[in-house]
Amino acid sequence: MIEPLLNVENLWVRFPSRNADFDAVRGVSFTLGQERLGIVGESGSGKSLTGRALLRLIQSPGIVEADRMTLHGENILHASEARMRQLRGGQISMIMQDPKFSLNPVMSVGQQMSEALRAHKKVSKSQARIQTIKMLDEVAIRDPERVFDLFPHEVSGGMGQRIMIAMMLLPNPKILIADEPTSALDVSVQIQVLDIMDKLVRDRGMGLIFISHDLNLVAKFCDRIIIMYAGRIVETCKASELRQAKHPYTLGLLNSVPNLEHPRDRLDVLKRDPAWRDAPSVSACQ
Amino acid sequence: MTAISVQNMNVWFGTGALRADAVLDVSFDVNEGEIFGLVGESGSGKSTILRAMVGLVPTWSGTMQIAGETLGKKRSQAFFGNVQMVFQDPYASLHPRHTVDRVLSEVMRLHGIADVDERIVQLLDDVGLGAGFRFRYPHQLSGGQRQRVAIARALAPKPTILLLDEPTSALDVSVQAEILNLLADLQQSQGLTYIMVSHDLGVVGHLCKRIAVMKDGEFVEVLSVEAMRRLEASHAYTKHLLASSIQSVS
Ligand SMILES: Nc1ncnc2c1ncn2[C@@H]1O[C@H](COP(=O)(O)OP(=O)(O)OP(=O)(O)O)[C@@H](O)[C@H]1O
Ligand SMILES: Nc1ncnc2c1ncn2[C@@H]1O[C@H](COP(=O)(O)OP(=O)(O)OP(=O)(O)O)[C@@H](O)[C@H]1O
Ligand SMILES: [Mg+2]
Ligand SMILES: [Mg+2]
Repeated sequence: MIEPLLNVENLWVRFPSRNADFDAVRGVSFTLGQERLGIVGESGSGKSLTGRALLRLIQSPGIVEADRMTLHGENILHASEARMRQLRGGQISMIMQDPKFSLNPVMSVGQQMSEALRAHKKVSKSQARIQTIKMLDEVAIRDPERVFDLFPHEVSGGMGQRIMIAMMLLPNPKILIADEPTSALDVSVQIQVLDIMDKLVRDRGMGLIFISHDLNLVAKFCDRIIIMYAGRIVETCKASELRQAKHPYTLGLLNSVPNLEHPRDRLDVLKRDPAWRDAPSVSACQ
Repeated sequence: MTAISVQNMNVWFGTGALRADAVLDVSFDVNEGEIFGLVGESGSGKSTILRAMVGLVPTWSGTMQIAGETLGKKRSQAFFGNVQMVFQDPYASLHPRHTVDRVLSEVMRLHGIADVDERIVQLLDDVGLGAGFRFRYPHQLSGGQRQRVAIARALAPKPTILLLDEPTSALDVSVQAEILNLLADLQQSQGLTYIMVSHDLGVVGHLCKRIAVMKDGEFVEVLSVEAMRRLEASHAYTKHLLASSIQSVS
């Protein structure tokens, strides 16, 4: 069997506190190959923290525990902080959910993109500028040369998301974790951006973890889906089989989507069953 | 009664050779109790219109009347009691070192709202968070939880007009449904007026009766939700937008 890009067994993220510890991620297991793996689930279910834990970016007092967390067979659970800095951005990148917050507010977007590229790849300043502008153009940013010199507060919400995507893709990572990367984009731009990620998976064998609350999007775009609830995996399936999902939580999520063509007076909301929280986490290893 | 009237609005950034025009000659009226939608290309000027209305962009021309007040450079305290905005970027609108409790109580004290304590609990409940989140800091919240705090803060001073910039784009569908239902209930029971920006036509179509479509700083057309459902758009960009949205849901 070939070693998957990522192998995670029994991952926990815990926040100790005076009263009772809060377990935000509770024993999830999954593997990632050269594929598009979608993570969906309601707000607060632990999607972002799962992504951040893989990069060891959980802020103190948060604690990450796992039986196994390997990248290409290398143990990243216990890797040194220096080694993690090398891996982050170069081997494994994450597009954060709050793009503008993750950008440096006092540096132009082009400058920070070029510098991020130069931190991981040997290219000259002028080469970095050319590659940065080309990448901005690829994510459908209009007038990329003007945008290169803008500061983060001067770009729109959707532009900020695309800048973040472009910046993370520039160094050509082996694994990309994209946390709600297209939530501010209209469908036509969204499709262009997804095409770029798709190409990287197909042509360069990148592994993609795609975190989103948009079930329709994930069903269309990904290969496999993990459905999270209260820090656990309640169901996992092939993306093409999401419509045949069985868990009432997944069905509830599918039913609350508003649809332009089929208007309703009120939208269905989820009725959560306490038993969902207690059911053991399903393994999404392959 | 007209709640919002915007005539010949232009908004720009920078001067001389660096000038960038973000909004070009936009005019629209919104009636009291109406929900007006704003959709369009990323970077087309949707947020800029709302930001100019609440006084965050000084470089604009044209006339704006909101809640009976003709707007100049400054906005009065009373204006913000009437008009609140939910920003597209929730992180930027929440102070990193203030708890949820402080965020909500400060805005209520500022606008002389009584029963602050009770109302905080009620608001947190309304946005589906519950009192357990009251003493959390922004960094201890997930993306969708932060967005819901931003919505609660906008509702806190009991405004009559809400400017909502992608209010549910960070939310999963089940929470989105709860928030959209809450907005619809408030609109019906208290006759609130909303302008709602969203890139999701399903969301806009669910709440709005009239929808303006933007591209390159201009309104390319304003159409009714029924026309949108029947795919009766006259402008090529709207047609393109509708076609790609329909494809993506099926
Ligand atoms: N620093 C922290 N301290 C305590 N709890 C935290 C902290 N950071 C996150 N949490 C909690 O952990 C849970 C999971 O958070 P996470 O950000 O992973 O959610 P999510 O699934 O990404 O949700 P969303 O779709 O809203 O972004 C949430 O309930 C959140 O409030
Ligand atoms: N402070 C600023 N300085 C310079 N340009 C700005 C500034 N704020 C916005 N812009 C520009 O104005 C244009 C419109 O931006 P706006 O944020 O209104 O777009 P939007 O329609 O809300 O897009 P999105 O859907 O991506 O949020 C963009 O080209 C943006 O770069
Ligand atoms: Mg998240
Ligand atoms: Mg915007």
